[in-house]
Amino acid sequence: MSTTLTVSAPVTNSLTAGKLPKNSSLMVLLASWLVVAAFFLVINLAGVTDGFNWAGTLFFGTVLYCIALFLFSYFVEGIRRAKDRLVTALVTIAFVVALIPLISLVGTTVINGLPAFLTPTFFTESQRNVVGAGGGALHAIVGTLFVTGLATLISVPIGLLTAIYLTEYGIGRLAKGITFFVDVMTGIPSIVAGLFAYALFSLLFDDPGIRFGFGGSIALSVLMIPVVVRSSEEMLKLVPNELREAAYALGVPKWLTIVKVVLPTALAGIVTGVMISISRVIGETAPLLIIAGFTASMNYDLFSERMMTLPVFVYNQYASQGTDAQAYVDRAWAGALTLILIVMLLNLAARLIARVFSPKLGR
Amino acid sequence: MSKRIEVNDLDVYYSKFLAVEGVSLTIEPRTVTALIGPSGCGKSTFLRTLNRMHEVIPGARVDGEVLIDGNNLYGPGVDPVLVRRQVGMVFQRPNPFPTMSIGDNVLAGVKLNNRRMPKSEGDDLIEKSLRGANLWNEVKDRLDKPGSSLSGGQQQRLCIARAIAVQPDVILMDEPCSALDPISTLAIEDLIEEMKTDFTIVIVTHNMQQASRVSDRTAFFNIAGTGKPGKLIEYDDTTTIFSNPTVQATEDYVSGRFG
Repeated sequence: MSTTLTVSAPVTNSLTAGKLPKNSSLMVLLASWLVVAAFFLVINLAGVTDGFNWAGTLFFGTVLYCIALFLFSYFVEGIRRAKDRLVTALVTIAFVVALIPLISLVGTTVINGLPAFLTPTFFTESQRNVVGAGGGALHAIVGTLFVTGLATLISVPIGLLTAIYLTEYGIGRLAKGITFFVDVMTGIPSIVAGLFAYALFSLLFDDPGIRFGFGGSIALSVLMIPVVVRSSEEMLKLVPNELREAAYALGVPKWLTIVKVVLPTALAGIVTGVMISISRVIGETAPLLIIAGFTASMNYDLFSERMMTLPVFVYNQYASQGTDAQAYVDRAWAGALTLILIVMLLNLAARLIARVFSPKLGR
Repeated sequence: MSKRIEVNDLDVYYSKFLAVEGVSLTIEPRTVTALIGPSGCGKSTFLRTLNRMHEVIPGARVDGEVLIDGNNLYGPGVDPVLVRRQVGMVFQRPNPFPTMSIGDNVLAGVKLNNRRMPKSEGDDLIEKSLRGANLWNEVKDRLDKPGSSLSGGQQQRLCIARAIAVQPDVILMDEPCSALDPISTLAIEDLIEEMKTDFTIVIVTHNMQQASRVSDRTAFFNIAGTGKPGKLIEYDDTTTIFSNPTVQATEDYVSGRFG
C-alpha cells in the first residue's frame, strides 16, 4: 500500500507543493478494499462467520479508504488538499449511494417485468375473462393515458394562468394568499385529493358508489396544479425585465408582451415543468383507486363506468392473485415497467421540446 | 416626423419619495438634447416620464404635464401604449428578444402588435431600419440568425433599428453607450448625428465628452444630497453649458470638480 505513496521531486520552486501521484485515490480505494477483504476472509476461514461478508467488505473498505486517503494526503500534500480529497470522496460516495436504489429498482423491474411485458397480448388485450396467464394491460395503459391526459388539459391552463397572474399582475394580499395556498396544496396527501374528488362527485350526482375516469382526472389535477404553478412561476420570473420594458417601449400592450415575449422566452422551462408535474401524478395509485376504481375491461369513456389505470393495475394484480399466482405477479411487474417507460418517454420528449424552443444562442 | 416636447413643472414620485422636482423645459423638434448629472439625480427617471415608461416601476407617479406637440401625455384618457408608439426608447443594456431572429427583432414592433404586413413590405422595413441604424451591411447575410449572436455594439444598434422601425417621432436613449466599447460608441454617436434629421432625440449620458459631441442642447440635473429630490439646474445650448455656464454647480460638474 505504501508503494503508492511517493513524494514528487524535491521542492525547489517555492510555488510547488507535495503531490500524491495520479490515480492514487483509486489505488487507495482498491487497497482499502483488499485489506478489509483479507480481514473478513481470515475471519471466514476461522469459521466465525457464515460465508464471506461482501457488504461488510464494501462498507468498511470505503470507510478505511476515506481515512487512509485523508491521512496520506495530509502528510504529503498538506491539510488543504487533504480536506479537498476527503470531501471529494464523501460527495462521490453520496452520489453512488443515491444511485444504488435507482439502478436496483430499474434492474429488478426490467428482470421481473420483461417476461409478461414481451407477451404479444400485453399491449393488445385487456384482462376481461382472464383467470390465469395471458391477457394484457391495454385497458390500464389507455386508462392512464386518458386520465392523466385530461388532468394535464385541466391543470396546465389553470396553473399557467395562475403563474402569469402571480408574476405579471399579482400584488398585495391576493397574490400572497394564492402563493401561500399553492404551497399548502403541494403538500396535500394524494389520498386526500382522491377523497375530495370522490366526495365532490358522489354529492353532485347523489351516487355513493360513483366511479369514473373524469373524477380521477379531477383528483390528479388537484395534485398537479400547484406543481405547474410553482415551476411556471419560477420560469416566468427568470425572464429579464428588460425584455418586458423593450416590448413596452415599442408600444406593445401588456397582454401581447406576455403572450409574445414573456411566454416564448420561458417556454422551454415551462414545458419541462409541465412534464415533471405529469411524471409526478402519473404514478398516483390511491386517488385513482378511490374515484376511478378498477376493472378488467376496456373503457374508452372517461365519463361513465370504472376505468383501469396502470398503478391501480399493478396494485390489483398483486393484491388479488388468482390460481396462477406467478402470472399475476408477472403482470404486475410488467405494468410497473410500462409505467416507468412512459415516464421516461415523457421526460425524453420534454428534453426534446425544451431544446427546440429554448432561445437560440451563438453565432 | 419629429415633435416638440414641452415639460411644465413636472414632479416624479416613487410612492411617497419625491425623486424629481419641478422640471420645466422645452425640447425643439429635430434636435439632440443631452441630460447630464451625477448618479441618482433623476435623469433616467425624468427620461422615462417622457414616454410613461416609469409606470412599469411599481409606485411611480407624476405631477405636472408633458406636452408633445400640445398633447398632454398625462391628460385623462391617454393610453400609455399609444404614447410609446410615438416616443420610442433605447435602453442602457442592449436587449434584443432572444427568441427572435435579427430580422424579426427589427419587425418586433409590428409583429408583436399583431399587425399583418406583406413579406416584401416587411423586408423593405427591415432594410430601411437597419440602414438607418448603420447595421445593414454587417447583418444583411444573416437576418435569420438569432439577435443574441451579435456583438454588444451591434445588438445596441439592432435595438435602435427596432425602435426606429415603428416610426416614432421622438427617441429616448438611456445611456445607450455605457455598456459599449469606444468603437461601438463612436458608431452610435455617428448614428445619432444622422438620425437627428428625422427624429427628436433625448439622450441620458454619464459621459460629458459624449454630451458635448452629440447634443445641441444640454440639461444639467443635480441633487442637494441623498434622499433629496433631483432638480433641473441649468438647461441651455451645449456650447454654453460647457464653456460658459451661469450656475456654479454646472461649471464644477462639467469641469470635473465633482460628480
